[in-house]
Amino acid sequence: MTVRIENGYSRREMMTIAAAREIFDGEIVFCGTGISMLAAMAAKNISAPQSTIFFETGAIDSRLEEVPLAVADSRVMYLTAVNGGLAEAFATMQNRFTGSRVVGILGAAQIDIYGNLNSTVIGDYQQPDVRFSGSGGACDVASFVNRTIIFMQHEKRKFVEKLDYLTSPGWINGPGGRERIGLGPGGPETVITNLGILRFAKETKKMYLAACYPGVTPEEVQQKTGFALDLERAEAFPPPTNAELKILRERCDPQRLILN
Amino acid sequence: MKSSQNKVTTLAAAITSLIKDNCHLSIGGFTINRNPMAAVYEIIRQRKRGLHLYAHSNGQGVDELVGAGCVRRLEIAYAGSGRFAPTCVRFRKAVERGELTVEDYSNYQMTLRFMAGAMGLPFLPTRSGLGTDIIKHWGFSKELRNSDETLPKQKLVTIDNPFGNWCESPKLVLVPAINPDVTIIHVQQADRRGNARIKGLTFADVEQAKAARHLIITCEELVEEDFLKRDPDHNQIPFIHVDAVVPIPWGAYPTACYRHYDYDPRYLNNYRQAAEDDKSYQTYLAEKILKPADHQEFLALSDKKHLKSLVADPETGYAVGLERS
Repeated sequence: MTVRIENGYSRREMMTIAAAREIFDGEIVFCGTGISMLAAMAAKNISAPQSTIFFETGAIDSRLEEVPLAVADSRVMYLTAVNGGLAEAFATMQNRFTGSRVVGILGAAQIDIYGNLNSTVIGDYQQPDVRFSGSGGACDVASFVNRTIIFMQHEKRKFVEKLDYLTSPGWINGPGGRERIGLGPGGPETVITNLGILRFAKETKKMYLAACYPGVTPEEVQQKTGFALDLERAEAFPPPTNAELKILRERCDPQRLILN
Repeated sequence: MKSSQNKVTTLAAAITSLIKDNCHLSIGGFTINRNPMAAVYEIIRQRKRGLHLYAHSNGQGVDELVGAGCVRRLEIAYAGSGRFAPTCVRFRKAVERGELTVEDYSNYQMTLRFMAGAMGLPFLPTRSGLGTDIIKHWGFSKELRNSDETLPKQKLVTIDNPFGNWCESPKLVLVPAINPDVTIIHVQQADRRGNARIKGLTFADVEQAKAARHLIITCEELVEEDFLKRDPDHNQIPFIHVDAVVPIPWGAYPTACYRHYDYDPRYLNNYRQAAEDDKSYQTYLAEKILKPADHQEFLALSDKKHLKSLVADPETGYAVGLERS
């Protein structure tokens, strides 16, 4: 696969580093497969050395010497604090003492303006046009933890007015939406795409454009979004530094298994 | 049977005697690790049909059973093989063509369902799933659930917390227990009676094992009973649950078995490519799976040097520096 490199870095590298910057030092980082794992590794190596990498499969505080290609990869089992199982891992997130310290990183096939996610089907559930993997742990994480970061490819068919299927809860339908159905107060905080960064307005819980990557205009982002975005608050996003890129490329994914 | 002092048998015999057409089966492992692949391939070779399959996040095992036409209904949280297949290909095709009925849950819901089964309870509660289509949309219709007594009458049930807002949980989702006819798991070590030791992450294997009426354990190594009993804190499954023990080295291949071997990236990539096309998939099935008489012959199709490159490094438990692109 060829990777388009503009300004000395790829969009995928930009996305990974943008996510890594969102992780606070000391947080427990729930990662899924692929780019979210790489973001957690990058954060650990760059800005959040006290963060704890955590997998739904039951591994906690893995020493990732090589990038895992699935959350059940034996690489996540190396030098952990405890190798448990799914029951313990999800209980850690459902438990309010520990769950409130977890940041979840998720991805999906569709997202709506309130950050609700679909990773199950496109079309009718019984007779889908496209079938995806399904929830996995995504619904659990989105239900339990205090804040989530979401990775998306920015396309109109993925940023939709109405989801074909609601797999993982975001802000549901606005302020108080989660509380009304019995969920805790946390929810999606940031959406990281190949074009920029989106966040959710405090008052409305609606997604707005927070930043564009160098070379991307707010109009381009709106054009690739299936609902009206508030573009007024968009800032330019600081590109990755040489130090960030060096660690990402040399320490986290030298074989470019995820980056390419 | 479960009190037998020697449950060691062949894979063919275990599958013949315990897996019946249309039975309810659960398989252990997670995406590309410790799937009981030798057993999966034997089920395919014995052309079992109509299986009602349960898994949580199984990639390869589920996809091959679906692809070979063994599965009628599937209850699952996730059908993917990590980077090798973000959505399992034969699963995707079968669902899109209407050949497979799927009931979706989340990973924690599936885990709790097995746990409830293992505990002898009809259901367990969780806060996961409130407000989602996982609750709203049913893969198995009301009619099907009412007419088939092996299925719970409802998919999931939301209730108000009977303890008020105790633990700040005003509402809960009840997940129904699963008690499969048979569970198959692959472990690193077992003895003749069926005591078993899993190394590394257990996933939901222990809950799956204990929820089932019958349990088949395939293992990398058959060890002496006293070897396991000397370190009982490292064992997860006592013999009382076990029906059959099948020693079968490389029994999880082409998925990984922590501390023994890694997943085979070349195999998994070739599989995905073959799975994309019906004709090439039939060739794969005929040549790689149905033609070999057993797992040893299946393994012999891969050259020894290649398999050796997958052997786990004793320090890390995986194949360090393995070519994985």
